[in-house]
Amino acid sequence: MFRFILSRLLQAIPVLLVVITATFFLVRAAPGGPFSAEKAVPPEIIKALEARYHLDQPMWQQYFGYLNDLVHGEFGPSFRYPGRTVNELIAGGLPITAELALYAMLVAIIIGVCAGVFAALKPNTPQDYIPMSAAMLGICMPSFLMGPLLVLVFGIWFEWVPVSGWGDLPGDKILPAITLGSGYAAFLARLSRGGMLEVMSQDYIRTARAKGLPEWVVVLKHGLRGGLIPVIAFLGPAFAGLLSGSFVVETIFQIPGLGRFYVQAAFNRDYTMILGTTVFFATLIVLFNLLSDIIAVWINPKLRHQLREGS
Amino acid sequence: MPLLEVDNLTTHFHTREGVVKAVDGISFSVDRGETLAIVGESGSGKSVACYSLLKLIPQPPGKIVAGRALFEGRDLLQTDNKTLQQIRGNDIAIIFQDPMTCLNPYLTVGEQLIEPLIYHRNISRKEATQRAIEILGEVGIVEPEKRINSYPHEFSGGMRQRVMIGMALIAEPKLLICDEPTTALDVTIQAQILGLVKALQLKRNIAVIFISHDLAVVAGVADKVAVMKDGLIVEQGPVDDIFYNTQHDYTKKLLASIPEGAKPETSNPDASNIENTPLLAINGLKTHFHDYSGGWLKRNQKVIKAVDDVSLKIQQGEILGLVGESGSGKSTLGRSILQLVPVTSGSVIFDGTDLTSLSPAQMKPMRRRMQMIFQDPYASLNPRMTVFDTLAEPLLYHGLATRKTVTEQVLALMDDVGLARSAIRKYPHEFSGGQRQRIAVGRAVSTKPELVIADEPVSALDVTIQAQILDLILTLIDKHNLTMLFISHDLSVVRYIADRIAVMHHGKLVETGSTESLFAAPQHEYTKKLLAAIPVADPARERERQAALIEPIINS
Repeated sequence: MFRFILSRLLQAIPVLLVVITATFFLVRAAPGGPFSAEKAVPPEIIKALEARYHLDQPMWQQYFGYLNDLVHGEFGPSFRYPGRTVNELIAGGLPITAELALYAMLVAIIIGVCAGVFAALKPNTPQDYIPMSAAMLGICMPSFLMGPLLVLVFGIWFEWVPVSGWGDLPGDKILPAITLGSGYAAFLARLSRGGMLEVMSQDYIRTARAKGLPEWVVVLKHGLRGGLIPVIAFLGPAFAGLLSGSFVVETIFQIPGLGRFYVQAAFNRDYTMILGTTVFFATLIVLFNLLSDIIAVWINPKLRHQLREGS
Repeated sequence: MPLLEVDNLTTHFHTREGVVKAVDGISFSVDRGETLAIVGESGSGKSVACYSLLKLIPQPPGKIVAGRALFEGRDLLQTDNKTLQQIRGNDIAIIFQDPMTCLNPYLTVGEQLIEPLIYHRNISRKEATQRAIEILGEVGIVEPEKRINSYPHEFSGGMRQRVMIGMALIAEPKLLICDEPTTALDVTIQAQILGLVKALQLKRNIAVIFISHDLAVVAGVADKVAVMKDGLIVEQGPVDDIFYNTQHDYTKKLLASIPEGAKPETSNPDASNIENTPLLAINGLKTHFHDYSGGWLKRNQKVIKAVDDVSLKIQQGEILGLVGESGSGKSTLGRSILQLVPVTSGSVIFDGTDLTSLSPAQMKPMRRRMQMIFQDPYASLNPRMTVFDTLAEPLLYHGLATRKTVTEQVLALMDDVGLARSAIRKYPHEFSGGQRQRIAVGRAVSTKPELVIADEPVSALDVTIQAQILDLILTLIDKHNLTMLFISHDLSVVRYIADRIAVMHHGKLVETGSTESLFAAPQHEYTKKLLAAIPVADPARERERQAALIEPIINS
């Protein structure tokens, strides 16, 4: 187990290095810089600023300096928010984004898996077509359309829930969670339908029925475990995707999460902030992938012993 | 009144091609302590008939159209799902064909064993587990209290089938349906499983419906036999009547198709001529595999000795049968000869050339002279290539035909293997299993090879088709003067086709001899065991033989 994890973490290092390097040079290759502004700033001030943030050094020196900081867990100072480090900014936005992502994840799992399993029980009937068409719609509809639509219907017409904010009014977390989660719910619905269809046609399901088990036992006990393996394998990347993909929803609902900092950093050419958030998200993606791989291996008894023997 | 009385059972499948009458109005009955065998080839509807009784067929596309199935006076086909659930696994249990896929890989065998008890009897998990341990012991699993926590993949095929039997019997059903319970198993394990079922039947006085394609197996276990073809029962009656006083032509054909007796000596006189230099000589061949299943970080590899120091000679024009159970290394030996797997050590001398020392480029002209026929004609033909593509490819690759002559040669080849010329542009899925194996045979002989290695070429086929393909192979061997290594687990088939037989066990060759002498006087213990396990399609002899096998099980 330990070895399995260690080897996966070691494999992640080159991946992260490529991400860092590409981002580092690409943001610098983009036109403009952190201190370019509409009004003219005296060149000596720019020079002083650049010296302050080591931007006057040769590129390779900046690069290795940055890597050195990273090894020490430092993302460096933000260019745009003077006096604050990227670490502080991430630490400030992350809890909100993580909470949002968690709720969205729950929405996605509950709606998605239920719809998928439900559809798989009666394939090619209305019980299958209706949830699956809804899922197709969910996949096709981007969150910047879904969000305002939900706001319009449930926030303005029915006035059931607040239209924006986060933690200020009761129920203001509902719409963002649904908006962010719905796309993933649709995806999970399709995955779990596929997985369940595959499993429910297996011989051992017929065996379970031949034993006289009630149908719900056949589905939940014999079917679900195998049927949800593709879903579980997808949960890790999905959670990372929810975290890093939340900026649209955060913007729509005025949520002070990490996603908004990320987008603003890109507009502002806040090099360290862009790099810091990118590296942070990339690390998260790697970790969550690893986590879901471990769970997927653990849930399969055929592979589980490999995990144990590998330790 | 019999325990189960089925009358005019009719099951249809609604497919895109129209309605398939899988079961077309059949009637049969079975009583306590009695065994009814339903015999038929694949697609005859024998499994569908039995699954229909418990509504275990997929609905849709399946639909039980008509019929009655009185079980203890209750019509199974009219009961609601709730009552049916109480009958399934409790009054009527099924042993399914393939123990590899019929157990849930995600649950321990213990969990799967106790389910019928938990849901049918009102007993605690603890009691049920206790009972599961007992029944595992009863079906011959050693250390049942430990094995109960194992997952299915930790058992071999034979052991899984035992678990399956235990699972079917744990709730003490009144009727047991065995759907080809031993087809996926080796012959020695088959004998054990059959004995086990019989012993348990005697002990508990249960009724058994035994579905099988294998008349030899049926001869030993059945009291009554029903022969099915295309959804109909063409003939049924007491087992002795079916075998000794056969009425229907189809039953006669089935019985005639069973490979019986040794091959007539006439087919090639050269084989006995030992002074000839052999066409193929294998010396001290070893093929070992490393087990890297733990991933690349785990270096404590296990070495699997698939072929372990085998020496063998095959004479020009000879058919050598290679027999052994699954995992004995016989297929690996075949592949090692053709250099399809890396050989660990030893030599393979084909017509004076050591193949193990050749480079891939040097091997190419040799490949033309040695061909292979694989077991599964469904998997070994490329589904995107027509018959023409499949047969023309080796001809063109080895430069035996030009673009101009190739069509003519392919057509001649199709005549040889008995395929209609008009089928030349068809794809594999348009053919039946037997026809596909004809294509595969055609591909193997297309390059006019000297040596053909046939790896279980008829194991996937029905018995009547099997006989046709065996005869085709014999004809082609005569016509083209082929030498053949015929690999099979089925001793009757090997006996029918081979001049000499080599027996493999755990990677080693334990015995070699002429077919006649090996069957008459086997020397090695393992060969004796193997021969004793072959069922024969003769009820009187088979009952005698099986009684000897069952006795120790009942007494133990």
